[in-house]
Amino acid sequence: MCVAVPAKVIEIEGTRAMVVVSGAKLHAQLELVPEAEVGDYVLVHAGFALQVMNAEEAEETLALLQEARQLA
Amino acid sequence: MPETMRLHEQIGRLARQIAETANQPMAFMEVCGTHSHAVGRYGLKQLLPDNVKLLSGPGCPVCVTPTGEIDWAIELAARPETIVTTFGDMLRVPGSKSTLADQRARGALVQVIYSPMQALEIAQKNPTKQVVFIAVGFETTTPTVAVAVQHAAEMGLDNYTILCSHKLIPPAMMLLLESGEVKLDGFLCPGHVSTIIGAAPYQQIVDNYHAPCVITGFEAHDIMKGLYALVKQSAEGRAEVENEYSRTVRSEGNPAAREVVRSIFEVTDAVWRGLGLLPGSGLKLRPEYERFDAAKRFGLKPSGAGEHPLCHCGEVLRAVTLPVECEAFGVACTPEHPLGPCMVSSEGACAAAYRYERGR
Amino acid sequence: MPDDIIKLAHGGGGLQMQRLIEQELLPACDATYGRGGEDAAVLPGAAQIVLTTDTFVVRPAVFPGGDLGKLAVCGTVNDVAMRGARPVYLTLGLVVEEGTEIALLRRVMRSVRDTCKEAGVALVAGDFKVVERGSGDGIYANTTGVGFPLLPEPTSIHRAQPGDAILLNGPLGQHGLAVLAARGELELMMTVESDCAPLAGLVATMVEAGGAGVHALHDPTRGGMAAGLNEIAAASGVGMELEEGAFPRDVGVEGGCEVLGLDPLQVANEGKVMAMVAPEVTEQVLAAMKAHNYGADSALLGHVVKGPAGRVAMRTMLGTRRIVDMPSGELLPRIC
Repeated sequence: MCVAVPAKVIEIEGTRAMVVVSGAKLHAQLELVPEAEVGDYVLVHAGFALQVMNAEEAEETLALLQEARQLA
Repeated sequence: MPETMRLHEQIGRLARQIAETANQPMAFMEVCGTHSHAVGRYGLKQLLPDNVKLLSGPGCPVCVTPTGEIDWAIELAARPETIVTTFGDMLRVPGSKSTLADQRARGALVQVIYSPMQALEIAQKNPTKQVVFIAVGFETTTPTVAVAVQHAAEMGLDNYTILCSHKLIPPAMMLLLESGEVKLDGFLCPGHVSTIIGAAPYQQIVDNYHAPCVITGFEAHDIMKGLYALVKQSAEGRAEVENEYSRTVRSEGNPAAREVVRSIFEVTDAVWRGLGLLPGSGLKLRPEYERFDAAKRFGLKPSGAGEHPLCHCGEVLRAVTLPVECEAFGVACTPEHPLGPCMVSSEGACAAAYRYERGR
Repeated sequence: MPDDIIKLAHGGGGLQMQRLIEQELLPACDATYGRGGEDAAVLPGAAQIVLTTDTFVVRPAVFPGGDLGKLAVCGTVNDVAMRGARPVYLTLGLVVEEGTEIALLRRVMRSVRDTCKEAGVALVAGDFKVVERGSGDGIYANTTGVGFPLLPEPTSIHRAQPGDAILLNGPLGQHGLAVLAARGELELMMTVESDCAPLAGLVATMVEAGGAGVHALHDPTRGGMAAGLNEIAAASGVGMELEEGAFPRDVGVEGGCEVLGLDPLQVANEGKVMAMVAPEVTEQVLAAMKAHNYGADSALLGHVVKGPAGRVAMRTMLGTRRIVDMPSGELLPRIC
């Protein structure tokens, strides 16, 4: 019901972060995840980070998908 | 086999496990429209055995918004003093007479935005206009709107309001089980809603209705994992809440986000297209934030508009009718000229069926 | 409800635009010279000529990877090239809104000159109008292109045949996403540049390599590859089978599309060509494409099949199948 994507935080300024999804960069508001830090993976929806993801699992999934796509 | 086959291997293995484990006919509902969309896009139903059925549920916010509320948005757009801001999803949803896209073509100021925060910027830049944000969405989206309203209050914005159509998912899930119209053996629970609400709300569903609830993500392997967990519970006669989306969903959800929502909104009864009036299934602004309520500021009166007589979106949303079973599907109702919201929204069950499965 | 006014969706490159063209525009055209839907007309004369016209209203006028001037030349040059032709002459009409900065006009014209040079076309006639502030949006451009066929039988979207290979010269969606991001309305900052490029040279090498075996060429602009393939399938009365895993990829486009809930197959391109070529020349044409500057990432995506006529299907990476549908209306970012 909601398009939300995992994104990596690369910069934080106040309550606003710059995040990266694949090659695309966008701003995400951090009010809902004040604990987020640079380097974290966050789930982004409608311009907001909704949750800090489990880094290990997030990276594992990204790697798995990346592999599958490259293989194809 | 190279190591890079891991994902495909995993999905193939899950498909086999599902087929081996499903010992009787089973029907599960993917509550969330993004799941429906992904199931169609990846063609996942083709990987399921005949005795495992996957039904689309009411988890598309645009689809469950009643015609009367869409008429309100259109009415607001038609006023000369307003700028209506909306997520792109809402633009082409038919009200009883027209759409926001129609109004825009006739000169109304309708702006598509990606983040609710953009409506605040637009309000600041246009002090002589009234900026209304069409606030639709489930638990995933409400915190973002709550933060925007909070900011608007801090900024003292007096030309910004929201048309609040926010809805809550668990009451709808319970209604579907309560009504018994469709036999459901469990739910594929919405991953991103769960990010906020966590696992606890599904416990009542498990306890009261003995229906397995599995939270999962939106990649093909996430969905297959979720389905396997459902099939397994079902075959073993268990009903539990399981979280197959632990990379994003914590069992406690996001309490900070829920707190922001609680500070701005309160629970209210809400009308869902297809499901009717559901007690405690919607949100409205708290009295101290009522000044941001567009319905109040503009004195909107219920239009009482019904749905298109040929449209069966209501039944589709309850999974009583499959999209392809609707007589209008692909004939009177297409993505180009939709009769109802399920054909408009990318998440709608009809749009997903039309786009990915028609004549496949 | 039938439409009684023009909406943005009528310009989106999907079904709505197709209907409007069929119902309102084509009736005024002389059917002797073509059935509509082609990128350019092939016309008789002392020698056959290929003719097309296109109007450009891109906002913003300058975007990563190009600007209105480059786009106006590429769009028309590419449409001429899609008939298996060498574009030769170009005209340019500009409608400029009062108040537009001359520096912008200068930039646009510099791009026009540079792109014409690269494409090997001569700008031979032009027109310039200024409209009152508020009745335009910066600069609108119209270009008309003339070219000469490189083949005795011009390539045509009506000529795709069962067995043909479906080729594409690179990843999809770069132009559409670059422009969407450049508008700055969606909080998206892309690293993707528009693929905007004149394809006359690439097409010439493809035609040289494949000769009469090159049956159909089409540039997937508005509506993207999804619209383009559906148009060819419908015009030729054939079906298509694609392999999802075969598509060239651009991670920037994929990321942007994920964020906005868009399908790269429906996003516009301005430097891409889809080719339907006979099996016996597929290898040569693909090699020629890969050797060209604008075709390094070329790939074989699938095949034309007998039918069902008009159906474009795709085998996903999981081995399942799905339909690739004609997009409808405007490309809208969605949150749900």
